Amino acid sequence: MNAFWIAVIGSSALAFITKFLGASVPESFLSHPRILRINSLIPIALLTALIAVNTFAVKTKLVLDHRALGIAAALALLIAKAPFPVVVVGAAVTSALAYRYF
Amino acid sequence: MSVKRDSFSVSITVGAYGSAFGAAAVAAHFSVLQACLLSLLLFSGASQFAVVGVIAAGGSPLNAIATSTLLGTRNGLYGLRLAPLLKLRGFRRVVAAQITIDESTGVALAQDNENDMRKGFWYTGFGVFIFWNLFTLAGALGAQAIGDPSAWGLDAAVPAAFLGLLWPRLSNRKSWVLAGFAILLALTLTPFVPAGIPIISCTLLAIIIGWRE
Repeated sequence: MNAFWIAVIGSSALAFITKFLGASVPESFLSHPRILRINSLIPIALLTALIAVNTFAVKTKLVLDHRALGIAAALALLIAKAPFPVVVVGAAVTSALAYRYF
Repeated sequence: MSVKRDSFSVSITVGAYGSAFGAAAVAAHFSVLQACLLSLLLFSGASQFAVVGVIAAGGSPLNAIATSTLLGTRNGLYGLRLAPLLKLRGFRRVVAAQITIDESTGVALAQDNENDMRKGFWYTGFGVFIFWNLFTLAGALGAQAIGDPSAWGLDAAVPAAFLGLLWPRLSNRKSWVLAGFAILLALTLTPFVPAGIPIISCTLLAIIIGWRE
């Protein structure tokens, strides 16, 4: 079984277990304010790190390439309150043009 | 009536993002089947993009699993909140668990009586599930039909999708500070540790910043 299958099956199994546990344990469990606070911050930390790495890294090397222009376009579109699909397509088109012409 | 309309419009809009996921997954060398299985089985947008993002960045599968699971913990907390309302047992609990995501929870909690809340959860959960999976397949097939992902900007679509998911969460000063430190930490670690580790390390920042009020 290769890395892709391990990632697909492992993450799917754990995602379901997480959801199922939530629907099964008593509500008082895990509702400590500190846990709720940290839980709401975890997506922010991980999503930001994913943006940084997927924009500025190739494996373990830091690079500045066409993707940086793509993400800049995405940022500009979000500030202009564009809807999600427009943001993603805008970033893709900008990055593709930069890749082609620079 | 309005709960049906809410559910439908959320389902189709959010479902359409599935095409971005399908395309991103195939661009990161997942097969069409693997992209579709992630949407069917994992079924949580941010976690699915995380699996693809970590693997695309050269991270190990264990790292992808850990990052995706940490991003998915909120679904468990949604379940805690919804379970008393939905009064689940047996097979219904299994189905409800699978469709407990941001959108089904959001539409349910936006209703003003318990009956509509239950309807909102089920309609939105099933609606997003159906459209998300159909669009994933379309996006994956579309990406498979084209050659070099960079030439089509697909390598930038992944971080852009993350940015779109992050944006609404940047609602106060604390969240901006955390995001700033996460960029710094992830990029500083990148040259020195195996790929994937810089991403998951940022969990520590969330714990440090979230510890105190």
